[in-house]
Amino acid sequence: MKLKSEQALELDESHVTVGQSFCDDPKMTMRNVDVFYSDKQAIYDVNIDIAKNEVIAMIGPSGCGKSTFLRTLNRMNDTVEGCRVDGQICMDGQDLYSPKLDVVELRARVGMVFQKPNPFPKSIRDNVTYGPKIHGLADTRVDLDEILEKSLRKAGLWEEVKDRLDQPGTGLSGGQQQRLCIARAIAVSPEVILMDEPCSALDPIATAKIEELIKELSQNFTIAIVTHSMQQAARVSHRTAYFHLGKLIEVNPTEQVFTMPKHQLTEAYITGRFG
Amino acid sequence: MQATHLLSLLIVLGSFSFYVSRGRSLALANPLGGIRNLHSLPSYYGLHAALWCTLPATFLLAIWLIFDEIVINAMVMTDLSPELIPSGNASYNLILNKVANIANGILPRESQPSGLLDAADNMLSLNVVSQWSITLLIITLAMFGLAWSSHKLKPDFRARPAVERVMQNLLLACACVAIFTTLGIVFSVLFESIQFFRSVPIYDFVFGLEWSPQTAIREDQVGSSGSFGAIPLFVGTLLVSAVAMFIAVPIGLMSAIYLAEYADSKVRTYAKPALEVLAGIPTVVYGFFAALTVAPFLRDLGASVGLTISSESALAAGGVMGIMIIPFISSLADDVITAVPQSMRDGSLAMGATQSETIRKVVIPAALPGIVGGIMLAISRAIGETMIVVMAAGMAAKLTANPLESVTTVTVQIVTLLTGDQEFDSPKTLAAFALGLMLFTVTLLLNIFALHIVKKYREQYE
Repeated sequence: MKLKSEQALELDESHVTVGQSFCDDPKMTMRNVDVFYSDKQAIYDVNIDIAKNEVIAMIGPSGCGKSTFLRTLNRMNDTVEGCRVDGQICMDGQDLYSPKLDVVELRARVGMVFQKPNPFPKSIRDNVTYGPKIHGLADTRVDLDEILEKSLRKAGLWEEVKDRLDQPGTGLSGGQQQRLCIARAIAVSPEVILMDEPCSALDPIATAKIEELIKELSQNFTIAIVTHSMQQAARVSHRTAYFHLGKLIEVNPTEQVFTMPKHQLTEAYITGRFG
Repeated sequence: MQATHLLSLLIVLGSFSFYVSRGRSLALANPLGGIRNLHSLPSYYGLHAALWCTLPATFLLAIWLIFDEIVINAMVMTDLSPELIPSGNASYNLILNKVANIANGILPRESQPSGLLDAADNMLSLNVVSQWSITLLIITLAMFGLAWSSHKLKPDFRARPAVERVMQNLLLACACVAIFTTLGIVFSVLFESIQFFRSVPIYDFVFGLEWSPQTAIREDQVGSSGSFGAIPLFVGTLLVSAVAMFIAVPIGLMSAIYLAEYADSKVRTYAKPALEVLAGIPTVVYGFFAALTVAPFLRDLGASVGLTISSESALAAGGVMGIMIIPFISSLADDVITAVPQSMRDGSLAMGATQSETIRKVVIPAALPGIVGGIMLAISRAIGETMIVVMAAGMAAKLTANPLESVTTVTVQIVTLLTGDQEFDSPKTLAAFALGLMLFTVTLLLNIFALHIVKKYREQYE
């Protein structure tokens, strides 16, 4: 079965993503995006829209390019030597790769949560106020404290840490650290939050808390999440995109992807035949 | 036989035991159906025999070599004829030297008192007895070891753990050599210092403000009572080290940040070794660079802007020392900055911080314990540095905080006190040991402090 499906993909040279890649009122649009690491191509001709306030999940086998895809959205790939992005990626109609764009401003608008919790070796307070301080979002200490409390509340961490805001963020448990990172990301009021396998280093209870949080956050933010867990994608996302060997195979409402996948590769993956 | 011959003999015996025992274990294994029926590989049986054959014998030889001269000397001196019995410690050594010289044929035998000649003959015969007995003992012991090992050689004998244990102890012994050497240095300095503190009170030494170690050689000499206040020297040391750190820390740290964070891999491959070449230049070369190039340049520069800079100044010595220490700091800082996980940088960059904000607010604070540790180690190096200051800082012990004047440091004074002809019981010479002891204590405390800082913050952040 595996052999057959991979043959099918290779034969399909002019492959077109199946399903509902586009939407009417997109937050972000990607057209004909290719990504290269030096000579190696990691992503082939991806076309997709991300709608406002939606949660879109990226799934696929390891090395399929889903993390690379995510990191093109806030230009974190700039930090990788030899990485090149072709094609057009826009947010609210503005080209993210145009030379006029300010990366600093972009990253303030598109926040990111990483696979491994990476709080700075600072106090909980300094972790959350890091972004507001460098972007000058608060004029007084009172404003700053307000942002601190609001962000920690939104991340569901306030009650747990309100009495030890000045202790190091690295002293928290793994799940708390990850929620601290989410609080840190939303403290600068981004429009989009990118999450790169945010629960892969966490235990099931911490994972459940983060998933709960993602659902709540989707009321205010657009969220793109990469995950290895199909159950997680099914639980939190509105749409699901399936990547295979750098190609975007299928994008459809989550329920449909997991019940009636259109593409045979998607079906093979979600039924566990490979991945 | 001499010690070197004995050692060669032991090596030969050891190799012989190795091959014999290995062969025997193979012979034992054959009827059983191969070496898999032995507990250990045949080479372990060989090694076991070789170790048993050589190690106890070597150990005995070492002990014998340490003590045989002492014992023989004592025996010769107790057998000395009554009219030559020495009156004090000094004449004891004198007589002993004479006897040894006669015995070795350095002094002619004619015109020596018969008592001395007897003693010399006595010494010669004792030496012969000693050499023959050690040779016999060593060979017996080696043979006994080999026999013991052969006796134990059976298919189920656990030779491998036994050899491993010996190896472990050998490694431990090597580690101990370094530790005991340090202890030896400390004690030798300590005892001489105690002798010094008998003639100069410790309070006057540690807190005294004047340093002029000229003491009267003859009773009737005028005006040179000598004063041993170490404060001016330590102030000079601190001044020179401070100047050095003032130059080395910013430059070293910034070049490390550039290399670790900004430089692409091509620049890094060339720039880093180039910077480390600085560390390979001998300090004496830095010394004449400081004395012949930098110091006159600074003096002329000072003269042109109306400053009086003496031609041997703390500034020149400290400046060149700072240059010397740059690679030390940059290399250590580069290592700790590179060791800060990339996820920290990603986290900060993803918040919309620029690269320099990321470095200032996340990378440097995370790397700070390592950087501070590096700086502390660099400081203790600056304090102990000798050659540059000998050549460029001057000799006059002035109590000053002005880097434009010439100062002297602890290390310079130690060098001047101990070079040339010195009597070893005058406070002037012994002062060098007291200074060494104090310097050692200061750098030791600094190192402990540095290690403590590094440890403390490391625990907190990981």
